[in-house]
Amino acid sequence: MSFSAKERMLRRVAADFEAGMVVNLGIGLPSQVIPYVPLEVAVCLHAENGIAGVGPVAKKGSENRSLIDSGGAYVTSIPGTSFFDSAVSFAIVRSGRLDLTLLGAFQVAANGDLANWRVPGKLSPGPGGAIELAQKSRRVGVVTTHLDRAGNPKIVDHCSLPITALGHVNRIYTDLAIIDVTRDGLQLVELAQGTEIEDVIAGTGAPLAIPPGRIPRF
Amino acid sequence: MTRRAKQSTIEESISQIEDGATVMIGGFGVPGTPFELIKELVRQGQRNLTVIKNDANEAGMGVDDLLVNGQVQRLIVTHIGLNPNAMHMMHEGGLQVEFLPQGILAERVRSGGAGLLGIVTDVGIGTEINEAKQIVDVGGVRGVIEPALRADFALIHAADADTFGNLRFAGTARNFNPLMAMAAGCTIVETERISALGTVAPEDVHLPGVFVDYIVELGDLSEAYDVVQR
Repeated sequence: MSFSAKERMLRRVAADFEAGMVVNLGIGLPSQVIPYVPLEVAVCLHAENGIAGVGPVAKKGSENRSLIDSGGAYVTSIPGTSFFDSAVSFAIVRSGRLDLTLLGAFQVAANGDLANWRVPGKLSPGPGGAIELAQKSRRVGVVTTHLDRAGNPKIVDHCSLPITALGHVNRIYTDLAIIDVTRDGLQLVELAQGTEIEDVIAGTGAPLAIPPGRIPRF
Repeated sequence: MTRRAKQSTIEESISQIEDGATVMIGGFGVPGTPFELIKELVRQGQRNLTVIKNDANEAGMGVDDLLVNGQVQRLIVTHIGLNPNAMHMMHEGGLQVEFLPQGILAERVRSGGAGLLGIVTDVGIGTEINEAKQIVDVGGVRGVIEPALRADFALIHAADADTFGNLRFAGTARNFNPLMAMAAGCTIVETERISALGTVAPEDVHLPGVFVDYIVELGDLSEAYDVVQR
């Protein structure tokens, strides 16, 4: 993924943020969306290690050793920030207070199943908070490269890896396209600049509905 | 009745732990991880431990030292992705790892500390992580029973304590600490400062001292607590 493709993708993800939302951003690509969220869009960022109202990343040399986000980045507090324990943090998640969660994926399926916590025999990072975040947030977005490192589709008909949450992904943001998970399967929403519909179809391991007319670009 | 003084030394408090003990350890990443208590546990070398912790820290720090020293038989955890060493030990078969969803670990520990038998939840329903769990029906909704977790010992890091063990945590160092402090037979707290009763204002107490058995004062923190340079 080129720098400009990644930047376009992250900017497009940020465009779906609305003022007043409570949002959780997973480790990896999701957490890199923040710089692209317009200043006038005031969202409350939740970090599952115990923050509502995560502030900007701390400047080098002025980090607070007791203040990290869930990915381990040293962050800051801002007016309105609160800290709490892990039970309260997941009460926020399970009770449906999160308007949007963005997560990374090993695989995401046409029915909205997400796999991102274990590759049997190979990689076992564990689920962390992903199971509850994916299952209980009002809206779930996956932010990922369209293909894995070996060039295989990460968007598939059925996940072959252990499932994180069944059928909860609403939208998939990749370097090639924005794809919605609908009751009728996957639907192309937008195309990245320089990407053709055929590229997206070829790189997607499940049927993809193409709406009539001109497809918007991002 | 005279109350036993809770103030202790790291050596004395950790020496209460025996081989085969179940030990909860607070912390999420560096904040809240009781590095000095862990270091002493490594020095004393108790073995066949079951460790319950959110994560396995990173290679070369905290819980990783217990793993490398061969003291941990079983690790109950939510995420070890930042510690390649822990993932390696898991795949080589030497280390039993049980993964739980993070909020479910929190609730199992919380219920253990609250004198409950467990909780019922639909988190993870229908997926591999719940395969061995008992399914129940609550008003037409399927859930699983998540039994309460308790431990023989909890190792806790707090910013401030008074002599009764009333604790205040800093920033995101709270995480699992107050929950685990409530769920152990013996709760050992390392703190940056021990102060006189009343110094931690009643409104600012994050964990009441009734749950605390031993308090050890660290004074200036060692480099283990420093900001991790990446």
